[in-house]
Parts: sequence; C-alpha cells; structure tokens
Amino acid sequence: MIAIKLAFKNLLGAGLRTWLNVSVLSFAFVLIIFYNGMIEGWNRQGRNDTQDWEIGQGQFWHPEYDRYDFFTIRDSHARLSDEINTQINEDKLTPVLITQATIYPQGRNQGVVLRGIDPQQKILKLPTSDLDNIQNEYSVIIGKRMAESVKLTAGDKVLIRWRDKNGTFDAREIQIASIFSCDVPPVDNGQMYISLNVLQEMLNLENEATLIVAGKNYTGGDIKNWEFKDLTFLLADFDKLIQAKKGGAMIMEGFMLIIALLAIFDTQVLSIFRRQKEIGTYIALGLTRSQVVGLFTVEGGAHSILAALLGAAYGIPLFLYLDSIGITFGTPDMGITIAETIYPYYSLGLIITAIVLVVLSATIVSYFPARKISKMKPTDALRGKLQ
Amino acid sequence: MDIIKINDLVKRFPVGKGHFTALNKINLSFGKGEFAGFVGPSGSGKTTLLNIIGSLDTPSEGSTIVMDQSISELSHKQAARLRNMYIGFIFQTYNLLPVYTVFENVEFSLLLQNISASERKKAVMEALKWVGLTDKVKSKPNMLSGGESQRVAIARSMVKKPEIVLADEPTANLDSKNSHHILQTMETLNKELNVTFIFATHDEKVMKYLNRIITLEDGKVVSDKENKS
Repeated sequence: MIAIKLAFKNLLGAGLRTWLNVSVLSFAFVLIIFYNGMIEGWNRQGRNDTQDWEIGQGQFWHPEYDRYDFFTIRDSHARLSDEINTQINEDKLTPVLITQATIYPQGRNQGVVLRGIDPQQKILKLPTSDLDNIQNEYSVIIGKRMAESVKLTAGDKVLIRWRDKNGTFDAREIQIASIFSCDVPPVDNGQMYISLNVLQEMLNLENEATLIVAGKNYTGGDIKNWEFKDLTFLLADFDKLIQAKKGGAMIMEGFMLIIALLAIFDTQVLSIFRRQKEIGTYIALGLTRSQVVGLFTVEGGAHSILAALLGAAYGIPLFLYLDSIGITFGTPDMGITIAETIYPYYSLGLIITAIVLVVLSATIVSYFPARKISKMKPTDALRGKLQ
Repeated sequence: MDIIKINDLVKRFPVGKGHFTALNKINLSFGKGEFAGFVGPSGSGKTTLLNIIGSLDTPSEGSTIVMDQSISELSHKQAARLRNMYIGFIFQTYNLLPVYTVFENVEFSLLLQNISASERKKAVMEALKWVGLTDKVKSKPNMLSGGESQRVAIARSMVKKPEIVLADEPTANLDSKNSHHILQTMETLNKELNVTFIFATHDEKVMKYLNRIITLEDGKVVSDKENKS
C-alpha cells in the first residue's frame, strides 16, 4: 500500500513528463478498446446478419451437397418427409432447393444460382413475400449487388435457362419482383430467389429440397438422411476473417503500445539516474533495496492506471457517442459480410483484458530499469555518483 | 553502556588493480546520549565511518556493532530495519523528497513502522514543534530556505525517536545564523531526548558544540578528546 501511495505521489509530483507518458498510454488504451470494439461489433453484427439472412439456427444439408462445389448441386436434393413438412408448416424449418441457371441480361449470359424458397417463410429475413406480390409466377427477388452487376431493376424481365432433373434444358422469361438490400454478400452475389413450388416444378423435383434451414424455435434434433450443419461450421469462414482482422489489429495496437511503453521505459531509466540521491535517501530511511525496486516498478506501472483513468475520461464519452451513432462505411462491396454502419461493442471482458495487458506491460518495462537499483551501493546513490 | 563499538575497523575501496584504504584499524565506542563528531580534512574517512555506523556500508575488516548488531553480518533487510528503527540521518544537501510536503517528508519513516495515522500525525507535529516548523506542514521542499530544509531533515531524523542520529556535514550549505540555529536545536534534542548525535564535519562552528571530537587523518584516529566546557 505504501508503495502504491508513494508511487502515485511521485508520479503526480513529476508533472508534465508523467502526463505526456500517460497521454500516449491512454491513447493506446482507447485505441486498443476502440479497435477491438469495432471488430467485435462487426463480428456480432456479421454473425447476426448471416444467421438472419442465410443460415438461420443451422441447416440440414443433403449428404451430397457441398456449398463450394457447384458440381454437387445437380444431385443434391431429396424428398421432404411428412415429419419435415409438419415442421415446415409450423414455421420451424424452411426448405431451399438450389440449382444452377443462366440468365441473359442485355444479350450477355451470366451464371446464377437459383434458390427456391417458400414465399411465406418467416425464418430468414429475405423479403420472399414479394414473390407473391406480383402476378407473374415466374418472378424472382435479387439483392442490390446482383441487380447492379446484371443491370436489372424491379419489374425488369430477363431470359433464364436451366436444366431439369433429367438434364433437359428449358428456358423462359422471369420478372424481377423486388430488389433487397443485404449486408451478407453470399446471399446476394449471383443469387436469385424464386418460389420453391415454382422451382420444384421447373426442375421436376416435386417436394424436394437441397437444404433445410432451421428456425429459432426448431427443437426437433437430427433428421434422418439429412446432415445437420451447426453455426460453428456455417460461420467458419466468417470467423476466420474476423480472426485475421484481429491479427491485423493486434499489430497496429502492438506498435501503439510499444511507443507508449518505450516512453515509460525511457522515463524510468532517466528517473533511476536522476533520482539517485532520492533512492539513497529511501534506503537511509529504512526501505530495503527490493522495496525501492518495488516502488519504482509500481511507479512505472502506475502510469497505466493513470492512463486508464485519463482514457476513461475521454474514451467513455467517445465510445458512448460512437455506440449511439455507429460508424458508417457507406455501402462497402468488399465481398465480405459487413454492415453499412457498425456499432462497436465494448464488452467487460475486452475492457478488463485491455487494462490487464497495458498495466502488465507497463509494469514489466518499469521493472527492468528498476532492477538496476538492487545493484546500487546506497553510499554511491546518496552521492549521486552512479553513471 | 556502549551503543556503538568499533574494533579494528578497516575499509578499503578498489582503485584500479589495487585498493585505497579509507579507514585503518579504527577502535572507538560511543555511549548513549553522546554529542560527538568526526573531524578532519576531506578524504580522512569521516563520511565512510559514518556510513558504516549507519549500516549503509560494510567494513572490509574488523567489526562494527551498533545496537548489539554486527553491521558486517546483517542482511539487506536487517540493515534496513536497523536504520529504520534506531538510526536517523541528516545530510549536507538535506535530501528531502521533493514531491512530498514537509509533513509527508517527516512522516515517511513512520510509514514503514506500521504506526496508526493518528499516532503518526501526533509524532510528526511534535517533531516539527522541536524544530519550529509547525507552520510549514503543507510546504514543499522547494518552498523552504536552506535552514528550514535542514530543520525538516532534523525533524525527519528525530520523529521516530532513534537511538543514534548521524549528521554528515549538516551545516556545510548553511550560513552562520542558520548553522547555529540548527546546532542549538540538535543540542537541545540531545539533552532532552538523550539521543546520540555523531557528526562528520570540518566546520569550526559545529566543533564548538561537540562534547567529544575525534580527529581522523588518512583513515586513522589521531585524537579522541572531550571538548565541552
């Protein structure tokens, strides 16, 4: 307790030098929390959006289906059992039938993935009810990115060609019922959504689906002949992306922290040489060398406590403000799941981790110069003789 | 009864490949309540002897027993405890801790003794009363004159009611008036509290106050005599 009391007294008494160090360190504090808060906010929004728009609470896949291998799509479909249909009728599950197709906008040809989905489904956020709001049964909804890439707008008609279950090509005109805006690129890029019944009829695959999306209230457990893919599996790519971003952020935070810690290290080295007489006096007054080492170490570490307080003074209002308005990136089309506006998320764990990290590093860098005190002869220290 | 016993004390410092003998076969003893001083020219070994008695340094040979504890056999921790409990220091350059107030400077030694805040306050105020600085409790060292600073240093050394006070050239940075003032203060404390004062000095003014003068030359005691009228 004495060491802490003395350390803070010495620090506050040191004036400008202390506040310069504390300011740099507090900036590192705020930056670490802000950066991680941003990534965590992005992570939470991204996961929620992906669940809301694409994967629900998990999916049951046809055993042959592989989302990364288009060649598997043609044979990845199976009949929906009565048991499954009961759950579908209770809005606990929604089936999706997937096929490849080609559209011909403005005379160009463009490969698309055509997904059949129940217009009445309530599990995914996709505005599938728009499919029922248009007279043309061969209507589709598409995302904003897709619409921009193929230069289609709501109401436009475009020729589509597909192969049915027997491999026979067929083609007809479809109409764009509506265009939705979504932060999850895999839901949008190259995707078209059509009524499930219509697609089943087009493919001659009555009552069949490629995968089944589970809703929040689904509690039925495994379904025979379908493989359940949980959120960990379905979000693995997104999780890897977040981990990569965290790694990048750590490098930047590390640089910031190193600059702040160098300032503390420099101050501590200087202190030990400038304050030799003071060190000698402490020893003469009855402090042991290890207590003096402890005092200087705590003093260096105490920079981080002051930095946390200073950081809190301007960081908390800043974070609260950013949390209320979010940070808008416009409409980024980077092929990754990212919202237009990210609301940073500052968890208690993040704040505690940042505090522990900074306090621990500041204490460690303070300890190394302070160790020199333990080798000092008190008589030399009192005379200020050490070089 | 002697509270300091020095037998055949030798102190050598390494210099290049050889060594320099700062103290050579010193034999001295001090009883409780003495007001004594080491005098002699620079380099005669006064401060070195004071440092060894104060357990800030150790002998190369011989023994130094302070309060029944052999300085050469003490661990760092035991030496620190000896200094904290029994020995007060007064330095030429005052060595006040710059960021602390007068009160906190004087209080410092007591913080290490686990004394309650109310008792600490009482002891600090008493010590400041001895040196006549009760009106400066909240002042920082940079707001004090040289004489006032040295009086704070005296209060700091006396607050824990030590057995021994070691004063190394306490008047070297003071004018005549302030020198007499602080010497009178120390003399009074010596008489009233029966604390042993040992000085290292070459100041004639200090010598006039001493009851015992030990003259050192080239690390040897050349005379040890009573002084006071």
